[in-house]
Amino acid sequence: MKNIECIDLRVLELVPLDGKEFFILRLCSPKWKYRPGQFVMIRPISWGYDPFLPRPFSISNLDEDKLEIFFQVVGRGTKKLAELRPNDVVKVWGPLGNGFEIDESLPILILAGGMGIAPFLGLIKNHPYPENIEIVFGHRKNLSCYPLKNISRKILIWTIRDRSERDLLRLKKAIQVKIEGYSADGQIFACGPLPFLDMVHTVCTSKKTQLQISLERPMACGIGVCLGCSIPATSNKNFQVCKHGPVFRCGDLTTFCEHRGF
Amino acid sequence: MDFSVKIGSLVLKNPILTASGTFGYGIEYETFGDLKKLGGIVVKGLSINPRQGNMGDRIAETPCGMLNSIGLENIGINAFIQDILPKLPYKQTPIIVNLYGENINDFETLSKITSKREEIGALEVNISCPNVKQGGIQFGQDEKSAAKVCEAVKKHAGSKVVIVKLSPNVSDIKKIAKAVELAGADAISLINTIPAMAVDIYKRRPKLTNVIGGLSGPAIKPIALRMVYEVVQVVNIPVIGIGGISSVEDVFEFILVGAHAVQIGSANFTNPALSFEIVDSLQIMANKLNINSLEEFRGKLII
Repeated sequence: MKNIECIDLRVLELVPLDGKEFFILRLCSPKWKYRPGQFVMIRPISWGYDPFLPRPFSISNLDEDKLEIFFQVVGRGTKKLAELRPNDVVKVWGPLGNGFEIDESLPILILAGGMGIAPFLGLIKNHPYPENIEIVFGHRKNLSCYPLKNISRKILIWTIRDRSERDLLRLKKAIQVKIEGYSADGQIFACGPLPFLDMVHTVCTSKKTQLQISLERPMACGIGVCLGCSIPATSNKNFQVCKHGPVFRCGDLTTFCEHRGF
Repeated sequence: MDFSVKIGSLVLKNPILTASGTFGYGIEYETFGDLKKLGGIVVKGLSINPRQGNMGDRIAETPCGMLNSIGLENIGINAFIQDILPKLPYKQTPIIVNLYGENINDFETLSKITSKREEIGALEVNISCPNVKQGGIQFGQDEKSAAKVCEAVKKHAGSKVVIVKLSPNVSDIKKIAKAVELAGADAISLINTIPAMAVDIYKRRPKLTNVIGGLSGPAIKPIALRMVYEVVQVVNIPVIGIGGISSVEDVFEFILVGAHAVQIGSANFTNPALSFEIVDSLQIMANKLNINSLEEFRGKLII
């Protein structure tokens, strides 16, 4: 486990996107090198003993000036994160996990569901050939909740608001059509809620398409020791999502899907 | 000041150990601090064969703590000895292996295997895991079976120090403590997690797939402190305090009620550098308390 560091970072700003549910948290830069898909564990010093556990977040972007986390208020922890103010101190460790294996010379299809856009924000911002990126983005909330305003106009983005069974079917059809173009000569990355990933996984498996999928599981440590995020890799071996993932190849998840389903 | 403590024949350079299950196999924490600083490293519970543990959701946060129902997922004793042990600084910091058997035979086998390795400093016998169907807590809830496991390990442990880790889920912990002392235990560590549960009213489901798990974290510290206090009154072997210890002040609380050493558990998750930071602040705390040795503080609770 090289290059993982635990440091205290100051909050630069907390930017609400649309109301009080979606935020970009900007922290001072830890100046790490990272791969899109890697994540950090975050725990504000002010939490004391409660909330007890740190929270894992995808690195949305990380450069010389700042570390950016995109989050949605879903529970006690994220509600407290949304109360952070500039100069508050947050304990952060990372960069954690493997991240996506990106070949910049190949076209990329990004399949993102809702908050699943988070790990891709840095990738789409920093990719040398944005014209080679296409995104299918399924979302429940208003588009203004997601930080998509500043992405390059060269990137093709298909947004589908997913509010009903019919919408999900529409999203599935769009994905089925889209992956055709990338199965032979391109890369497909996916991140989102489990039902979304389940659908993507099923589509790609049936078409025998290569796919890198980023998973989310409850975890306490982020470094492979609490074993809270284990999923079956085979009938007698586990993966820790934090350490062996969070990005997995389609075939790696066969046993997980069989055992638990998504 | 000299912070060294003796646990049987084992000398620790300071009383700070890491609790089993919260510090992996040790090497995962190399990046956050100098492992050689620690009094000792207690590794994740090891069984003869690798285990996958329980399925589904295995951790959940609770007020000032957490639940886990991992079910002793581990790489197995042989993989640990071959792949991990050589990478640990065992010459400077004792490596304590936490042993889990489904039956007495397993414990004997594990004791035989581990007692031969000079890299291993001591054995911690786990008779208190609440998350497994066989063994675990069922050995720890009855004086006779606790003593039996302890005898079985001790018989094959040679000169290795044997620590028995007790469950809080008993009607009288003093009886179990005395039974394992009589059975030859060199030390006692307590407490393991407390069986507990959490539910989600919107999903109408338990937060753990296993329904019940073990509660740990600062929420259980007062219980642990009480149990350590009770046990030190009745045994003559060293007691290692475990349960919600999250700061150097907590460490001295356990020493004050009579513990020789402590283990830092779930708090390692809140800050992966915490165990190292606590070692660094021992001297500052000793100065604050105006003490020159741990002996003049240990068990000196004024009542």
